[in-house]
Amino acid sequence: MSEQTIFELGQTDRRAFAQAPDTAPPIDDLPETLRRDTALGLPEVSELDTVRHFTRLSQMNFSIDTHFYPLGSCTMKYNPRACNALASLPGFLGRHPLAPASQSQGAMACLYELQAMLTTVTGMAAVSLAPMAGAQGEFSGVAMIKAYHESRGDSERTQILVPEAAHGTNPATAVMCGCEVVELPTDADGDVDIEVLREAVGPKTAGIMLTNPSTVGVFEQDILKIAGIVHDAGGLLYYDGANLNAILGKARPGDMGFDVIHMNLHKTFSTPHGGGGPGSGAIGVGPRLRDFMPIPVVDKTDDNGHDWYHWLTEKDVPYTIGRLSAFMGNTGVLLRAFVYARMLGRDGMTRVAEFATLNSNYLMKRLQDKGFEVAFPSRRASHEFIVTLKNEKQQFGVTAGDFAKRLLDYGFHAPTVYFPMLVPECFLIEPTETESRATLDAFVDAMATIRDEAKTDASMLTNAPFNLPVQRLDEVLAAKRLDLADQSKLARSA
Amino acid sequence: MSFIPHTETDIREMLGAIGAEQIEDLFDEIDPKLREVDLASIPEHADEQSITREMHERASKDANGLCFVGAGAYEHHIPAAVWELTTRGEFYSAYTPYQPEASQGTLQVTYEYQTMMCGLTGMDVSNASLYDGASALAEAVLMAVRANRNSNAARVLMPASVHPFYRQVARNICANQGIVFESIGTSADGRIDQAALNKWADDDITALVIPQPNFFGVLEDVDMLTDWAHNNDAFTIAVVNPVALALVTPPGHWGRSNGVDIAVGEGQPLGAPLAGGGPYFGILCCRKKHARQMPGRVVGKTQDVNGEPGYVLTLQPREQHIRRSKATSNICTNQGLLVTAATIHMSLLGPNGLRNVAAHSAANTRKLVAKLTALEGVEQVFDAPYFHECALRLPADSSSVLDALAERGIFGGYAVDAYYDDLERVIIVCATETKTEADLDAYADALADVLAQADYYRHRASVA
Repeated sequence: MSEQTIFELGQTDRRAFAQAPDTAPPIDDLPETLRRDTALGLPEVSELDTVRHFTRLSQMNFSIDTHFYPLGSCTMKYNPRACNALASLPGFLGRHPLAPASQSQGAMACLYELQAMLTTVTGMAAVSLAPMAGAQGEFSGVAMIKAYHESRGDSERTQILVPEAAHGTNPATAVMCGCEVVELPTDADGDVDIEVLREAVGPKTAGIMLTNPSTVGVFEQDILKIAGIVHDAGGLLYYDGANLNAILGKARPGDMGFDVIHMNLHKTFSTPHGGGGPGSGAIGVGPRLRDFMPIPVVDKTDDNGHDWYHWLTEKDVPYTIGRLSAFMGNTGVLLRAFVYARMLGRDGMTRVAEFATLNSNYLMKRLQDKGFEVAFPSRRASHEFIVTLKNEKQQFGVTAGDFAKRLLDYGFHAPTVYFPMLVPECFLIEPTETESRATLDAFVDAMATIRDEAKTDASMLTNAPFNLPVQRLDEVLAAKRLDLADQSKLARSA
Repeated sequence: MSFIPHTETDIREMLGAIGAEQIEDLFDEIDPKLREVDLASIPEHADEQSITREMHERASKDANGLCFVGAGAYEHHIPAAVWELTTRGEFYSAYTPYQPEASQGTLQVTYEYQTMMCGLTGMDVSNASLYDGASALAEAVLMAVRANRNSNAARVLMPASVHPFYRQVARNICANQGIVFESIGTSADGRIDQAALNKWADDDITALVIPQPNFFGVLEDVDMLTDWAHNNDAFTIAVVNPVALALVTPPGHWGRSNGVDIAVGEGQPLGAPLAGGGPYFGILCCRKKHARQMPGRVVGKTQDVNGEPGYVLTLQPREQHIRRSKATSNICTNQGLLVTAATIHMSLLGPNGLRNVAAHSAANTRKLVAKLTALEGVEQVFDAPYFHECALRLPADSSSVLDALAERGIFGGYAVDAYYDDLERVIIVCATETKTEADLDAYADALADVLAQADYYRHRASVA
């Protein structure tokens, strides 16, 4: 049940007439040598063709709005419609990024208040909303740590400690910032091995990057001890906020001793994931790094009894690592996060962590009761937990990947598979707080049914999925063939 | 309002299943010292009605006027169908297509996007987008340093005619990797100074950045620049406006050989609203031989076990979740939703629609320039072909004039003197296809009115 491409739907000279001016005035002063004389390579379709095509394509997606999506570490919770509607008001959508501050007071007020709420809920000293995604937030954090050490003439500090189970963005970011990565092992309970940490820190330590709760789904019990060890060695602590949903309003990275944190607003503050972005990677800083924040940042002054919002620039943030986007980050995403934060309020924020954790522990227990093996059974689950399917692999010859594909047939998006890599055949399962108990129970039933299928007929898993628009896709062929654009259509198009 | 569906019965029974007394017990592995959290400064929750009212009040304060500002973000008409379709929950609330069989919608859209970008730029391959135009330039620089094996210098020639914010972002992102940026000045006609460029002819140059159009709206001599770079074993990185490419030669065809190595640009003019600066998306295309050095997600066409066509994320071994510290970039998310909007936008416009948008934008800016330069003391700064932006010198302090215009509901352009010492009193204006003859007249009338008081503004500027 594949869908033709938009190019295949096109016909020469068919047009969606209402969509653009229907003439092209001559631009006589354009030199001949600069004029385009080749086809644009765009399809020629009607508006109805277009609407049907993209509607059909949308129906080939799983999404939060249509399916339970327990993708670990991604916090796929409900994206409230009000956030989109209110961020899309004409005054916000029509505002040019370089519009004068006098014509931006509405949006700037929202951004200022979002900065303030995020500062409080993370326990940091200040927040910059500039980074455009989690990875850019990470980049800012490590770049600030580096700039901090350099500003003190401490430029030998180039090592970043990263737990081996960390998100891949952590080591990639450290390298992008010109640092060297030192990996730390995880102990049997899922925590950082303190003794190894003590050995690893020293005069070259720039800092440590930690996710807490960690990527194995447990709260780092010795976090205060870790902070002490790293700080005593002269390093700083970076908090990867991918799992902030687990502790929102219950515990704060600032209180744990972190010097800088990034938040994935598209996770914890429920802005849409959009099929892979836009994200938003706001960062919070402690007192040591306040002067290094990326810009722009919104500040407020009193103008004859009225609030006046204005942008902080290089002059105001003396050691800033500077600007990371052409304008002001993903402003539209930030407005959605603002609406969400206000709808939660301080009471709702705490409930987020509580119910994310309740759902996670409940789902973990129910799966355990059905005989699935949990990776860290002695620990509480945070907002997510790991199941290992190594027994199923051994007994029935099916992999975590096969299980994942069969779950799709049952109408559940698969959990994160094969991450973190230290647990074999793993599922990282994050149900989020917005799912009902009934949905969790249905997921448990599907998992149990699939294991029964594995016992009786493993091909139901190894050949899955069966009920989707396509059956299992050949990823090796894709990499070998490298068909990244429809060249045949390009050659023929207008 | 935390969108939590649990009833009291659910909570009781779920805790019972877990074997916990209360929810608080689930946090008992967190040090008690860390569990005293003061959130008093965060407001109590707002219901949908009250936050709706508050947001309407705030939105009504913004963007009340006619926008003639460009400088990297452009107001174009976006067909209603674009965001109606883009915000369908199946696109809006899906994630990165890690399970391709359950994500064929997003994947096929992305493949179609990649095809359209190849068509528009004349390049072989496109990735699935980066964050924005400026960060795409930074990534292109890093990519050129990786891919250009004829160069050891990590030295990039960055013309001053590239958007100042893009130059800053490239510097900030590349700062810790030992990459050296050398500035190339601008000649009197607003284009890259060829004599300044030639001073580097005998040096090891990794890449030359070529903006088209440049920050001033001026069209560069791209064939000459591309050939110069390739004659010197340097990569070429084009920074383009995708709408301009409907009229001017695309980077895949610049110069005598096969065009540039990497083309980047800001995707915003293709269906993204101005929205105060984002979310937008960054375009990145390149030659096929460099495909494995690209940063970010890429979609490839393949087939399923029955031989039916389908789409997957491909070339993943370049990426951070596989290669970790050896990845081509730390980037994880792209700007998927914006790519969806752009693909629908380009489908609805088609080649003719996009050409007409580009031509009307160019024509409107020419009309505006004629009306404004008819006023005493207003001059066009550069005598060179331009696309839909133009640099004008005013007879009074530009910031004061722009403020006065804003009070009259005209956002008259962008003052560039903060970034160019020799361009005092210069603003860049832009009139896209969204402007009518009456809008252009309204600007000219307002400027005439403001300049009539120019002595006042000159005075204010000298006092300040």
